[in-house]
Amino acid sequence: MKEKLLSSLKEALQIENREIALEDIFRDYEEWDSLGRLSLIAALDEEFDLQIEDKQFEQIITVGDLLKAMEAKASK
Amino acid sequence: MALLKFSNVGITGMAACVPANTIVNYSYTDNFSAEDAKEITDKTGILERRFALPGVTSSDLCFAAAEKMIADLNIDKTEIDLLVFVSQTPDYRMPATSILLQNRLGLSMRTMSFDLTLGCSAFVYALSVVYALMERSGFRKALLLDGETRSRVYSAKDRKTAFLFGDGGVAAIIERGERFGESFFSLNADGSREDLIKVKGGGYRYPSSVETVTEKVIDEHGNVRSDEHGYMEGADVFNFVLREIPPDIKRLEAFSGISLPSLDYYLFHQANDYMNGYLAKKLKLPVEKVPSCIARFGNTSSVSIPLTIVSQLQGKLTDKKNAMLCGFGVGMSWATAFINFEQCFISDIVEI
Repeated sequence: MKEKLLSSLKEALQIENREIALEDIFRDYEEWDSLGRLSLIAALDEEFDLQIEDKQFEQIITVGDLLKAMEAKASK
Repeated sequence: MALLKFSNVGITGMAACVPANTIVNYSYTDNFSAEDAKEITDKTGILERRFALPGVTSSDLCFAAAEKMIADLNIDKTEIDLLVFVSQTPDYRMPATSILLQNRLGLSMRTMSFDLTLGCSAFVYALSVVYALMERSGFRKALLLDGETRSRVYSAKDRKTAFLFGDGGVAAIIERGERFGESFFSLNADGSREDLIKVKGGGYRYPSSVETVTEKVIDEHGNVRSDEHGYMEGADVFNFVLREIPPDIKRLEAFSGISLPSLDYYLFHQANDYMNGYLAKKLKLPVEKVPSCIARFGNTSSVSIPLTIVSQLQGKLTDKKNAMLCGFGVGMSWATAFINFEQCFISDIVEI
């Protein structure tokens, strides 16, 4: 799931020419904005068939947190 | 489960009225910098909206649309036995706006008239109610009016909503006719999500007070609104749409026995171009069959589906066409319909 998430996130936020890591605070990315948030919602739905509601999403700080939350949802 | 089927009822004419007052989003800089306005406009794809001038209400827009349609189709007003007015921005708290419109349009006192107060799902909801009543033998013609002045609902100083909403009014005439065949509706509600889109103050739970009309900074971005302005949790609304809308469409496919790809047009509520683009992709709908008018008129709530029909499909509904209508939003409330058009006349858009 990790590699797939990293590539989905890069694609959703249109991050080019650099790698992203689990420790990254994705809200600090220059590319992060409200449309990026919508693109991420779409990517999670399309690639992983899952949704993370705002309340939970606000607690997610790093890419690694996002991965953990997704793994927890996927195993349910 | 609210799945409904009707026979031999359909829309025979439609018209729309929008305010002439055009707000160009790139220059909507009273409260935001030109840079912000450009960034938001480029992202939302909403280039323009129409704002009703002070004193003009959604019923004025609907009245103008109705008069245009009635004149163009030479409709005998004495044959209108049912009038439904759809809005969440009515003229008064009471009486119902439909009744004012009955008088203003010069309709008979024998006209059944009532309001229906839902948001973005309301045109489809109202159509199901009108179809149900029209399927009986008593009514000759039904007039469905749907108007909104959403520009007044949201704060001009809240960047989450300031660039999205616009005003408009539509009229549709509904009659019986064997050419319309069968139509299908799925109607839904989820009040557990009442907080996703809301105007909290000014009703009877939190009546108007100095407190409810006081504008406050509501977040770290400096957005400003009062409790009598609307707010929207955009990300969760998108989550909601992705979770509920595709399954609702599948449910209606199964119930009706009509396959989605066989339809001619797919008309979604015009809230967000990105979201509708994603829905179309997920449902594998060809983009040329998904008409859109959000760039010109923004989000007009319940008016957006019929306004898309009037602005994008004029002259295209004379031959038989099958269409999906899908509205979703505040409530949360959502509805999908498969209906047939044939010899449906569409008037030119009126501006006032």
